[in-house]
Amino acid sequence: MTVTARGKTPTTAPRRAAKTSASAKAAPSAKAGKEAKSATARTAPAAPAVPRVRSVRAGDLPAVIALDATVTGLHKADYWQRVYRRYGVAGQGLRHFLVAVRGDARDAEVCGFVIGEVRDWEFGSPPCGWVFAIDVDPHCRLGGVGTALLAGMRERFRRVGVDRLRTMLARDNTLLLSFFRSQGMTAGRLIPLEIDISDEAPAPAASSATAAQELR
Amino acid sequence: MKLQKNTMLALYSVLEFAARPGEHVSAGEVAARHGESAHHLAKVLSELVRAGIVESVRGVGGGYRFTGNPRRLTMLDVIQLFEPLGEDRHGAADAVDRALGEVLDEIDQTAAATFGSITISTLLQMVRRAAEKK
Repeated sequence: MTVTARGKTPTTAPRRAAKTSASAKAAPSAKAGKEAKSATARTAPAAPAVPRVRSVRAGDLPAVIALDATVTGLHKADYWQRVYRRYGVAGQGLRHFLVAVRGDARDAEVCGFVIGEVRDWEFGSPPCGWVFAIDVDPHCRLGGVGTALLAGMRERFRRVGVDRLRTMLARDNTLLLSFFRSQGMTAGRLIPLEIDISDEAPAPAASSATAAQELR
Repeated sequence: MKLQKNTMLALYSVLEFAARPGEHVSAGEVAARHGESAHHLAKVLSELVRAGIVESVRGVGGGYRFTGNPRRLTMLDVIQLFEPLGEDRHGAADAVDRALGEVLDEIDQTAAATFGSITISTLLQMVRRAAEKK
């Protein structure tokens, strides 16, 4: 799984007011809308409510799958079921799958998610928290959702005694790189290296084919 | 890594203006703070105006005002107005040049990714943290 997000707002464009899915669905009547408009014209626009961050529930999965599909263009229901079993159901403690929700308890809507786990002694590194997926509903960006999600993950990692948070991103993922930078993250001690091994790959054996299938 | 003088002046200026949103700041004030002539700074600022990052207001109480989006404008956006990051090393005939070019390209790409990930808003946060540490 990779950390995903796409798109970049023009550097000098005025920021578009964030519209939550909740407000789009619960459109007020024309009269109520007029009254609301005249009232808001006199005052500063209300800041979007701070989202609540909690562990994922089975009922959140359709929204998570839809959000991922919006951002990546791929609908991966089976994959997300596996992630839910591993990080949601079997999570807590060292593995976490958190969602950010807005609205009251009955019709709260998922506006983002983050997934991470504690990994220890990889390449000699003491236990540290890894964030390997984070997504925010594009309509909710710049509304503090990502910050709240990351804060939730930091808190859970700290509870188990972890004092360092890591992530890894593609160089050209400007949007997410900027987000993590804005949270105070900087280049770390480890340097990722990679090599293209496609030319060296042997013909896949039956077991390898099954494994390759699982990766899809 | 070293940035050219005009690039550094542009970054100083953008930070100065972005830290005082809505305020008109005179070129003379910024120039004096960084020990530069107002005439020289004006050339740098005109490039920032052309790029739509700041606007200039003439007359009494005039000056320059930040018009960019500090949460989206990155260091790379500013730097590239004044100098290219890296150079085109493709097509080198010599194998040693090609190998060295690969290493230098890797460094250039990392530098560009770093500058491209730091917004003016983040840089202002870093300035505040650095001031608190002093």
